[in-house]
Amino acid sequence: MRTVKIQLEPLTCPSCIKKIETKLGKMKGVDEAKVMFNSSKVKATFDEDKVSKDEIEETIEKLGYPIVA
Amino acid sequence: MFIRWINKYKKQITFFAGALLILALIANYTGYYEARQFILILATIIAGVPIFIKAYQSARMKAFSIELLVTIAVIGALYIGEYVESSVVTFLFLFGDYLEARTLQKTRSSLKELVDMAPQEATVIRDHGETETIPVEDVAEGDRIIIRSGGKVPVDGSVISGHASINEAAVTGESVPVSKNLNDKLFSGTIVDNGYIEMVAEKVGDDTTFAKIIELVEEAQESKSKTQKFLDRFANYYTPAVVILSVLVYFITNNLHLAITFLVVACPGALVIGAPVSNVAGIGNGAKQGVLVKGGEVMDNFSKVDTLVFDKTGTLTKGKPEVTDIKTFNNYDEAAVLKLVAEAETISEHHLGQTIVKEAVSRNLKLDREPENSEVIKGNGIKAALDGHVLAIGNSKLMKAEDISIPEDVAAYQENREKAGNTAIYAAIDGKIAGIFSIADQIREDAASSLAEMRKNGIKKIVMLTGDNRHTANLVAEQLGIDKVHAELLPEDKVTHVKRLKEEGYTVAMAGDGINDAPAIATADIGLAMGEGGTDVSMETADVVLMADKLSQFSHAYSLSKATIRNMRQNTFIAVGIVFVLLAGVLGGVVNLASGMLIHEASVLAVILNAMRLIRFNRKNGKVQEKDLEVKPA
Repeated sequence: MRTVKIQLEPLTCPSCIKKIETKLGKMKGVDEAKVMFNSSKVKATFDEDKVSKDEIEETIEKLGYPIVA
Repeated sequence: MFIRWINKYKKQITFFAGALLILALIANYTGYYEARQFILILATIIAGVPIFIKAYQSARMKAFSIELLVTIAVIGALYIGEYVESSVVTFLFLFGDYLEARTLQKTRSSLKELVDMAPQEATVIRDHGETETIPVEDVAEGDRIIIRSGGKVPVDGSVISGHASINEAAVTGESVPVSKNLNDKLFSGTIVDNGYIEMVAEKVGDDTTFAKIIELVEEAQESKSKTQKFLDRFANYYTPAVVILSVLVYFITNNLHLAITFLVVACPGALVIGAPVSNVAGIGNGAKQGVLVKGGEVMDNFSKVDTLVFDKTGTLTKGKPEVTDIKTFNNYDEAAVLKLVAEAETISEHHLGQTIVKEAVSRNLKLDREPENSEVIKGNGIKAALDGHVLAIGNSKLMKAEDISIPEDVAAYQENREKAGNTAIYAAIDGKIAGIFSIADQIREDAASSLAEMRKNGIKKIVMLTGDNRHTANLVAEQLGIDKVHAELLPEDKVTHVKRLKEEGYTVAMAGDGINDAPAIATADIGLAMGEGGTDVSMETADVVLMADKLSQFSHAYSLSKATIRNMRQNTFIAVGIVFVLLAGVLGGVVNLASGMLIHEASVLAVILNAMRLIRFNRKNGKVQEKDLEVKPA
């Protein structure tokens, strides 16, 4: 299990929280996904054997939330 | 690629669409009706693109989004030829998004300012004496680091050479510089105001106090208050209810336009954002003042506190004994006696002896003579020979054992000093009493005023629990106007007292400093710890951490919690109120899609702006208001 924090561009709509959390939560290997709305970060705990950080980032970007490197 | 480009230029797109709307308005008044229609459609498409993209992205991931609703509404409006509506809605949606982002940034600014204070690089001394500037992440434990005037302390550690005055505002919120010398602790993020210092790195990366503060504040801003949880639950029922209602509206009125308007307007924007923004602004304000409040729930409970429980030593008092008075007899010079006694006490491990040494050092006395034949008489004092004199320093038992007679007036003076809360020590030179040293732990300067301020703000009862003797405890309590004192307690007794107060129905905040207070801090409704630069234990167990060890911070945090909860209530009221007004307006036919959107966005902005007032909230304002109140006779 590994926990990463991914910085997104400033989040504005609280409804995005649910969208991102639900989508990531459904990904295989993702144990927990939490959106930190106020710091615009996603905190994800996942199994490295099943899913990679890149895949998680890709899903977030596909949802329409650009990631700040 | 295209999507990235759109996201990047969203602001420009918004303003371009806005300009087009103004152009359409001009065309309208000058009579170019066809041009107006064309411009409106163009504005709809331009402002619509970012919205459509978001809607598509979420739809593809099978996620529902407000953008999808707006897209449906806009397509519907275009279909029935309502170009004004379609263009105004798309523009307002983007513009609202832009304003929200801007204002939200302001409520989040306190944390961002804190993060920006984080050091970036460090100048490290390598083995051969040459220096190298490296990014702060690469600093390893044990590295030696140079910090010059104006530089930032990159990691936590201790001073190994040099001295400097340091601004610790980043960690403690206190901007008065403190002086640091050999072996003093340095904290990452603090700034060398003046001087030159070499340090050794002890905690690096995420382990530094500064990194922990950021982490704590970030987590705290996410943790939800009761109001927030209530609103979340409300939104959980509210959103499906609105969807069902709009379907009902469609079937009853057979008016798709009205149904879509209803759906878009009823989106719970201000509702969802109202409580969190208050929290973020409140916690951010605290963090900047050196008060870490761990989350919305803590804010909520803290605002309800009516009873304060304090530990004495280190919380109400400084916890560092100081020499409060030196009285000399037989024409001895004060500085000479202090110098002799301090030189003798350099061999002592006892904290009273060390206090005397510290006093001499702070008076710039040179302690260069070594005592001979020194002997520590445990519990009584020390004996030594120095510079041809025989010294005996200690209590009356030691004087008696050494056959030193104590004149009546000297004994009376000593007793008086003890009654005033001091430990009074005799110093005898060559068999005669030369002086009396009074040592006491002093009450914090801001204690009396802070306690009085909190009483004004709603505290009903103040209790002091201490392991110290009854005599000293009562003295401190008297000076601070404390309601109840329990002295000579063990740590577990403190827990019992806190429990009893809670059972009596009080909401209790307990403030303490040491590990011995930790159980009582955990038992209280709100536990406060004096951080003193943030020891791990206190930062983790307490609900509220006072980074600068100031009781005025306690008072600030208390009024801040009240202000935050008040602000949250106002926001909830605004949000819920506007939603009902809007829905009624839509059903009554007074509010259409464009004006509904406008009011909706305005309500979101209203709650954000309201929360922003909390960023500027400070205790000085609070005081001024109280003074105004005082003037008015009841």
